[in-house]
Amino acid sequence: MQEAMINRAKQLLADGTVNRVIGWKRGEFVYDVTPAIFETAEEIDAEFVYDDFTAANVSKYLVKESKKDGKILAFLKPCDTYSFNQLTKEHRVVRDNVYIIGIPGGPKLDAEKIKAKGITGILGAKNDNGTLVIDTLYGEEKMPYYEALSTKCESCKSKKHVVYDELIGEDGDILESNRFDMVEKLENMSAQERYDFWREQLSKCIRCNACRNVCPACTCEKCVFDNPNSGVENKAPADSFEENMFHIIRAFHVAGRCTDCGECSRVCPQNIPLHLLNRKFIKDINSLYGNYQAGEDTTSRAPLNDYKTDDCEASIVHERGVE
Amino acid sequence: MLKISLDKLDELFEAISASQTLYIPTDREDGSAAYRKYESGMKLSNALNTVRSAKDFFFPQTENLVDFKMEGKNIEVIDVRKESEDFVVFGVRACDARSFTILDKVFLAEPVDSYYKTRREHGTVVTMACTRPSETCFCGVFGIDATAPEGDAACWSDGESLFFEAHNEKGEKFISSISSMLEDGDTAKLDEVREKTRSILKKLPLAGLSTESFGGDRMMEHFNSDKWGELSESCLGCGTCTFVCPTCQCYDIKDFNTGHGIKRFRCWDSCMYSDFTKMAHGNPRLTQLERFRQRFMHKLVYFPANNNGEFGCVGCGRCLSKCPISMNIVKVMKALEVK
Amino acid sequence: MNNDTLIPYIGVVTDIRQDTPDVKTFRVVSPEGGKVFEHMPGQCAMLSIPGVGEGMFSITSSPTNKDFMEFSIKKCGCLTTWLHAMDVGQQITIRGPYGNHFPVETDLKGKDLLFIAGGIGLAPLRSVINYVRDNRSDYGDVQIVYGSRSKDDLVDYKEIIDEWMADDGIEVNLTIDNPQDGWDGHVGFVPNYVKELNPSISKTVLICGPPIMIKFTLAGLKELGFTETQVYTTMELRMKCAVGKCGRCNIGNKYVCKDGPVFRFDQLDELPDEY
Repeated sequence: MQEAMINRAKQLLADGTVNRVIGWKRGEFVYDVTPAIFETAEEIDAEFVYDDFTAANVSKYLVKESKKDGKILAFLKPCDTYSFNQLTKEHRVVRDNVYIIGIPGGPKLDAEKIKAKGITGILGAKNDNGTLVIDTLYGEEKMPYYEALSTKCESCKSKKHVVYDELIGEDGDILESNRFDMVEKLENMSAQERYDFWREQLSKCIRCNACRNVCPACTCEKCVFDNPNSGVENKAPADSFEENMFHIIRAFHVAGRCTDCGECSRVCPQNIPLHLLNRKFIKDINSLYGNYQAGEDTTSRAPLNDYKTDDCEASIVHERGVE
Repeated sequence: MLKISLDKLDELFEAISASQTLYIPTDREDGSAAYRKYESGMKLSNALNTVRSAKDFFFPQTENLVDFKMEGKNIEVIDVRKESEDFVVFGVRACDARSFTILDKVFLAEPVDSYYKTRREHGTVVTMACTRPSETCFCGVFGIDATAPEGDAACWSDGESLFFEAHNEKGEKFISSISSMLEDGDTAKLDEVREKTRSILKKLPLAGLSTESFGGDRMMEHFNSDKWGELSESCLGCGTCTFVCPTCQCYDIKDFNTGHGIKRFRCWDSCMYSDFTKMAHGNPRLTQLERFRQRFMHKLVYFPANNNGEFGCVGCGRCLSKCPISMNIVKVMKALEVK
Repeated sequence: MNNDTLIPYIGVVTDIRQDTPDVKTFRVVSPEGGKVFEHMPGQCAMLSIPGVGEGMFSITSSPTNKDFMEFSIKKCGCLTTWLHAMDVGQQITIRGPYGNHFPVETDLKGKDLLFIAGGIGLAPLRSVINYVRDNRSDYGDVQIVYGSRSKDDLVDYKEIIDEWMADDGIEVNLTIDNPQDGWDGHVGFVPNYVKELNPSISKTVLICGPPIMIKFTLAGLKELGFTETQVYTTMELRMKCAVGKCGRCNIGNKYVCKDGPVFRFDQLDELPDEY
C-alpha cells in the first residue's frame, strides 16, 4: 500500500495536479510517525510512511492547508473522510484545493496499548496471523494483534470512503459496529456509579488541550476556553469540577458535528475515554431524531440545526433524568 | 548494603506512611502508572515511569498563592500558606530526580520561590534505579546514570531484595527511620543486575544522541535555523509535552473570584499555547513556529546559557511517548545537529 | 508576613492626574504613608486589582522623591481600564521593585544625556530625568526630545513646561505628529526631528517609545554617527511573575523582568529578534 501511495503521490506532483502532499513521516521508532507535508519526490522517497501506526487523522490540517496556493494531495482513511466532509459542510476547508485519495484504513495500532502490557523497549512490531510479534530490547514478545489496536479502531464504524477523487484499493462498507456498547453500559449504571466513573476519568485530565486541538470538529478561531473575557478561561482547575466542565462543554459544542473519528481518545496522554462522551450524544441523536452520521454527506441538515414539528420535546431530557 | 526483602514492601510502606505521607507509583487500570498517596494494600508499580512526572510534588499543577478580601476601596491580603508536613516520594527514577536539581536552579534562584522551597525542604526523595530502560530513554545523553540515581536516598532491586543507600542527611534520616526493618545484605546479585542494565543502556536506540551541537553559545545559529518551519508544521499547539515534562516549569498566575473573595492561584502554563505571550497591544510569538522554537531553544540553548551549560532536559522520554503527533526533542536535536 | 515576592503589599492611590485623554498618572503610597519600597530609575512594579489582573508598570517618579511613587498608565487593556476607572482612596496591590535600572550611578554619570521619547514612552524616562535634575552636578547637558500624536497626548505636559524647561542646562524639544490649533512648536515625527536637531554624538542616549519610532530613530542616530553602545532603551513583554521564573518575557536567554527592562542596543543585538 505504501508503495502504491508513494508512486501515485509522485505522479500527481510531477504532472502538476498538486504541489504538496499531506501524509505521515517516519520517526525514530516503529510507531512514532508524524503528520507531515511533502513537497518533493525526494522527500517522499526518504520519509513517507503508511503502516500500522499511521493512525493520525490529517483532515484538520486541511483547514489551513486548503487555504494556501495550489492543490494539496491528502490520503484519507475511511474515518478521515467523514471528518473532511463535515469540515466541507461547515465551510472550513476549500474542497477544490484538496485532491483526495481514499486509502483503506485497516486497523491501526497504538504503541501505548503494547506498553500497557508491560512490553517495553519496542524496536519493531509485525502482525503474524493475528499475533503481534514485537522485537524488543529484551527479546521477542507476543500479544494478540487486536489487543494492540488503537481504541478508535476497536469499533470501526465504516470502511467506506464518503468523499474521494480516486481510490487506492477497494472501497468498503459501512459496518455494524459495537461502538455504543460501552455507552449502553454507562447508561445502565446508577447515576452515582456513572458520576463516579466520569469523576475518576476526568480527574486525570491535565488540561493539555490535546483533545481539543486535534479534534476536527473544534475549529473555532478563538476557543471560548482561550478567551480571557469568557469567564471560563482557565489553564488549571480553580475548583475540582473545572476539568469536568471543560470536557462536557466541549462535548456539547461538537454534538451533532462529531463524526466519531476517535482522535480525542487517541491523543489523550492520560487515556481518558473522551470519545464516550461524544458517542453518548451520537446515540441520543440517533434515538431521538433518527439515525444520523455526521460527515456522511455535505448537504443534509443536521438534526440539531434543523427544526421539525415532530422533533422530540425538550422535556424528554428531564423525564429521562427522573428514571 | 542495607536491604529489605521485596516480600516485605507492604510492611515497609506501612512503616513509612505511619509517620509521614508517602507517595508511590502505582498501576492504573489502563496499564499506565501514576503517583498516588499510599494507602494500605497499594502495590508499587513495575512500570518504568509515571505518565505525569514527579515535579507535581514540588511544583503542583495548581496552587493557591494568596487570597484577597475586597471591601469598598480596601484590600486585605491573606497569606494562605499552611504549615507544611514532611512527606516521602518513593520510587523516583534517575531522570525525574535530576529534574529536581534543574527546577531548583529556577525556583531557588534569587528571589527564592518560598512555595517551592518549603516543599523541597519537607519532601524526601527516595529514588529507584532502573532495570528495564525503554527505547524512549536517553537520560545518559545528559550525563544521568539510570543505575545510580540521585535523590536524598536511592534504592536498587536485584529481583529479590531492595537495597538502600543514603546520599545526604535527609536520606540518612529516612533510612534510619526504617532501619529496624533492614538487614545487611550481599550485593553480588545486585551488581550483576546493574551490570546487565548498563549494557542495555549502552544499546538503547537513542544512546548515541549528541548534545554537542547545543548550548548557550549557539543561540543565534539555532534561533535563525530554517528547520523550525518544517519541525513545527504539524504541531497542534497543545500542552501535552509541557505538562508531562519533568523540567517544564512555566506558569501562569490568575485570579479567581469565589464569590466570597479572590483567590490568586498559580498554575502550569505552556509556551506552546497561543496566548502565552499575548499582551494588550500585541504578541511577539504570533505563530506556532515561534512558540515551538521557544520550547526547544529554552531546553537546548537558553537554559544552558544561564546554567553553566546544563541542559533543560533529562531524557525521560515522556514527550516521545505522549506527543499526539510524535514530534519531540529527539527529532528536533537530530534535525538541528551541526554536522 | 511578606517573605515571598509573589505576595504583594497594599498601596493607596492618593492622587489621580488625567495627563492625556488615555493616560492617567497615579500617585501611590503605603497605607501608613510614605513609599511602599525604594527603587532605581527604570525599575518597575507589579500593580494589581485582585480579581481583575496584575501587570508590570514602570515607576515614573524619581527615587529622589521621598514621599510617593507615581505610575503613568495608558488605558489599553482590562486591568488598565479598571485602573482608569478608580477613584482616589482606592487600594491596589503592589510588589517590586523589579528589573534592572538605567545606569545612573555608573555609565551615565558625567555624561551629556539625550532623552528621546514618544507618547507614553516618556513614563520610564521621567524617572531618570527627574533623578538627573535632582542630582544635577553629576551629569552634563541634558536634551529631551519628546513627541506625541498631538499636544493633548503629551504626557506630563505641565511638568515639562513648568519645571524641565525652566531648568538651566536642560533643552526640551517637543514635537507633535500633525499641525494643531494652539501649537506653535515643532510638527513632525520624532525620528526626523532628532535628525534635524543633529545632536552631538558625544551624548549618551536613552530612548523609549513605540517600536516603530525606536527603529527609525535608532537608524537615524546611527546615520548621525552614534553607536549602539551609547543608546539605552527599556523593553516590555508579557510578564506574570516579574522574577524570571514564569517563562514568558524572555528574549533569548534574557528575561525582560529580571535581566531587563533596560538594555543597551549592542546587548539586544546579541539576542534573537523576538520582541
